[in-house]
Amino acid sequence: MARHIVAPVAEIAPGDRRLVELDGRRIVLFNLEGEFFALADRCPHQGGPLSKGPTMGLVESPCPGEYSYGREGEIIRCPWHAWEFDIRTGRSRFDPRRMKVRAFPACVEKGEALQAETFPVSVEADYVVVEV
Amino acid sequence: MNWLQGAIDADLHPMVPGLQALVPYLPPLWRDQIAQRGMEGFDTQAFPPNSPKTVRADWRPAAGPPAATIGQLRDQVLDPWGIARGIITPLYGVQLVFNEDMAQAFTAALNDWTRAEWLDRDPRLAASIVLPMFNPEHAVAEIERLAPDPRFVQAMVLVMGETPLGRRHNWPIFEALVRHDLPLAIHAGSTYRNPVTSLGWPSWYAEDYAANQQAFQSTLASLITEGTFQKFPTLKVVLLESGVSWLPAFLWRLSKTWKGVRFEVPWLQRSPLEIVRENVRLSIQPFDAPDDAETVQRLMDHLGSDEMLLWSSDWPHWQFDGPPRLPPGIGPDLARKICIENARATYSRLSQEALP
Repeated sequence: MARHIVAPVAEIAPGDRRLVELDGRRIVLFNLEGEFFALADRCPHQGGPLSKGPTMGLVESPCPGEYSYGREGEIIRCPWHAWEFDIRTGRSRFDPRRMKVRAFPACVEKGEALQAETFPVSVEADYVVVEV
Repeated sequence: MNWLQGAIDADLHPMVPGLQALVPYLPPLWRDQIAQRGMEGFDTQAFPPNSPKTVRADWRPAAGPPAATIGQLRDQVLDPWGIARGIITPLYGVQLVFNEDMAQAFTAALNDWTRAEWLDRDPRLAASIVLPMFNPEHAVAEIERLAPDPRFVQAMVLVMGETPLGRRHNWPIFEALVRHDLPLAIHAGSTYRNPVTSLGWPSWYAEDYAANQQAFQSTLASLITEGTFQKFPTLKVVLLESGVSWLPAFLWRLSKTWKGVRFEVPWLQRSPLEIVRENVRLSIQPFDAPDDAETVQRLMDHLGSDEMLLWSSDWPHWQFDGPPRLPPGIGPDLARKICIENARATYSRLSQEALP
């Protein structure tokens, strides 16, 4: 796997997303309250661009008529058929075991630690790094 | 017809030979009301007794009412075909009247008529509890009243009711059914609270009969999406005279839609197809597929289960293909499941001693 420095953290605000192309792959990067997650920008169903879908929270229910709602903004829905995927894992909600979008490791690293990379970095800033 | 020997017939329809037949089973108030109100009977638009489709021509007696005696049932179905157990479901429209109290009284009388005139006369028979659905408390009371008799092996509603069947106001009924290990049979036909199609009234019988399929689809969708099977995971539903071949395509559409709007029904945590495989059974009369083994096999593959189908004759209705036959391409193992084992698994109340 190759590590890619994608952007300074400050460029992708919490709740925002950014579409990037890394090694020829379209990957969508999400900022969930300062944590970064990267998913293939390709719905496993028919290839819809997840980067263009709406996000919502997770609706769950222990039994009919009871709702719990949480994890606001952590579910991305494909713009084509509205399938829900967990941004943290890439797993679909309707069949998390078998239907999932590919997730790539993403993290935040300090510019200081990235000095050896070819991407120009500033020692003072933090950067989002994705492994593809 | 070796394959039929020992079979369980899941859909038999004795016909009430007239309102007077229920008189012995009515309390005095309602017995008297028949005369006071000049009541004529509760035959429904779905099965008018004189209509050719209601009774197959070779089963209609030269004189007297059809499908009205245990002798007719024995001679026409049970004895010649070697049927081990038959589940009878009268379709006399007592439960459809608008007066809830009258519906309760006459439905109870019908169920008592079934017990005395049929169950008591042939040990091969079991029966459906006809439910007065327009008052859920009455329906629950009727279940509680009759459940102690193990010969009542299920309860029956018509597929076209007043509101979608899965709605929560019906849940006390499902709770009572589960408590007594009674499957819910849903039979083709209408309570005539709504037109038989969502477009309005059709012109012809062919439209009317085919419209039942839409009603079965909407009813299944209601039960599934309302979460009935999450709330009552052991509830079994038996579709009678529903047809079969529409089911995989319908479930495909329902499941596909569910994947996109799962958040509307978050209690639905399994695909509709899985739920139906586990909780829903279908009688195979009518079997609406081409007379072609390969097509039938493909349909079985789509259903994904060999435990869903139950054999039935639909006596005395005209829809029956008689003489009894199975769809082409159904081998002996599957035939045995359809005719015997699936019904045994569905109806735990069916006593086993009469089975081979």
